[in-house]
Amino acid sequence: MPDSAKVQAAPRKVSAVFIKTEIALMKKNPLAVGAALCALWAAGIAQAGGGTSPQAQLQRWNAQAEEAGQAARGKAFFTQRHGGEWSCASCHGNPPVADGRHAVTGKTLKPLAPAGNPVAFSDQARADKWFRRNCKDVLSRECTPREKADVLAFLIQTPR
Amino acid sequence: MKQTLRRLSCLSLLLLSASSYAGDHQYLRMGMPEAYAQECVGCHVAYPPKMLSAKSWQRMMSNLGQHYGTDARLAPEKARQIEAWLVDYAARKGRRAYEMPPEDRITQTRWFVKEHRHVAPPVWRLESVKSAANCQACHSLAEQGRYDDDELVVPKGVTPAQMRAFLD
Repeated sequence: MPDSAKVQAAPRKVSAVFIKTEIALMKKNPLAVGAALCALWAAGIAQAGGGTSPQAQLQRWNAQAEEAGQAARGKAFFTQRHGGEWSCASCHGNPPVADGRHAVTGKTLKPLAPAGNPVAFSDQARADKWFRRNCKDVLSRECTPREKADVLAFLIQTPR
Repeated sequence: MKQTLRRLSCLSLLLLSASSYAGDHQYLRMGMPEAYAQECVGCHVAYPPKMLSAKSWQRMMSNLGQHYGTDARLAPEKARQIEAWLVDYAARKGRRAYEMPPEDRITQTRWFVKEHRHVAPPVWRLESVKSAANCQACHSLAEQGRYDDDELVVPKGVTPAQMRAFLD
């Protein structure tokens, strides 16, 4: 058995023992049910939450664009309109370190730049989804990898 | 260290859920799907299902590609979940239950127009309001699905002459 497998197997055994003990406790004290579920939930969130970083996502777009994203280009792209009614900044503000505001509905949006929002770009699927949706709003098409790399380079560099 | 963190997050989760319930959070009791919070609420306040008829919600959900000027198409499974919840809690009583306003806009329903008849047109256009879709501008607990009159706030820029809507 390789060492890595042993390392993975151990916590499972521990949690099985942990759960059995918890079940025994629950019979005596129903509050323990809540506490145990809560602990498991918290652990689950820690594992499932995001799983990436703004830097890692930038690397990914850089690789697809076959060049490094440029913050200056990203800033221009972010603040200009592209034939439509809105720019990225119409909703996300400029600089996007503070709360933004949806241009139509007025809904408050969390800051887009990582300096203003530690969860920004920590979940790749989420970032991909909103790039797809919002690029269509601003450019009437999806953004290219180079455009995404530029914007992300700009956002990562934007200070608080 | 890790354990302490977990205990702390656990405690805050318990406190959070306790305070939400204490605040009578409608959507928690109604089992709002996570997909509604993630997808719809990304752009607008969580409109309560009872503000439209089931037929209007269904028509809206079948046309997400053209959702008030934006392409809001979702993964089919998420769209199904959201639609089922909206239909489950859609308007059931009186005229609301079968009304299908133009473009399925809540703001075009008869009840909405009547309830807001004292709001002067310039108030909707204030920078602090932006549009009638921004419930939160006046209904301070709209995020929780609460629209009671005694939770109203007066948005910035409303003149004394325009106060009537907030007083009666």
